[in-house]
Amino acid sequence: MSVNPELQGRVFPPVAPYLVGREKVREFSRAVFATNPINHDPEAARAAGHHDVVAPPTFAVVVQEATLAQLLAEPDGGIDFTRVVHGDQRFSYTRPIIAGDELTATLAVTSIKSLGGHSMVTAESTIVDAAGAHVVTAISTLVVRGDE
Amino acid sequence: MIPVVTALTVGDVVAEASFALTRDSLVRYAGASGDFNPIHYRDDVAQSVGLSGVLAHGMLTMGLAVQPVVDWAGDPARVVDYQVRFTRPVFVDAAAGATVAVVAKVGAVDPEALIARIDLTVTFNGATVLGKAQARVNLA
Repeated sequence: MSVNPELQGRVFPPVAPYLVGREKVREFSRAVFATNPINHDPEAARAAGHHDVVAPPTFAVVVQEATLAQLLAEPDGGIDFTRVVHGDQRFSYTRPIIAGDELTATLAVTSIKSLGGHSMVTAESTIVDAAGAHVVTAISTLVVRGDE
Repeated sequence: MIPVVTALTVGDVVAEASFALTRDSLVRYAGASGDFNPIHYRDDVAQSVGLSGVLAHGMLTMGLAVQPVVDWAGDPARVVDYQVRFTRPVFVDAAAGATVAVVAKVGAVDPEALIARIDLTVTFNGATVLGKAQARVNLA
């Protein structure tokens, strides 16, 4: 089975909102060796002008994850999870993720390319806050290895 | 102290750091991120897909590599854009672990937008593991 080229341009329904917890931000920060007090200490975050702790730049992947699960589960997608390698990743922020945010992610498949028997699937997850304002777009390129 | 954008020159090293990863680090990242792919904690599963052993999550390498930039900029909120390409695995030996080294240099400066592009060289065992690793930092 190979990747369905008709996935290109497909927009998925938004996933369930993700509530960003302060302790989750701290836990994720510890896991990525983020030691800045603004990641851990609400007082330090407030002193820097944020209303609570700020998530590390790659935290958006936690919110994005449910959208990639949608893509991999798409019945006609033809993406075999066991053949997927993470190729590229990008996060483009309008504003940082702060503890207390309720975030909703919507996935769109922006590109599917074939390269040497492999497929390159670019998936863009647009993440907005409870007011609908843009927070971050997370873009992943997945490399799906072809049949050997 | 916020770095002054006009004082930056392309090629300046703004931060350097090295990170000692162990299997514990991978388990911690798995729990924090929700990525429980067993190739990041089981050698037998990693070997069954042709790898020499357990490797770090690419997203862990991406996540730690930007931290020297965050500390230089003074606030994680200043990193407004961050991208990498995953080019080589970081194998984490069960006993010896793995050391990932990061050098952050000024790649470009936009003095009007007050944005600096910081380019990261991220290496493990002397070879780069991330390509086109770039963080855009708002220094306004």
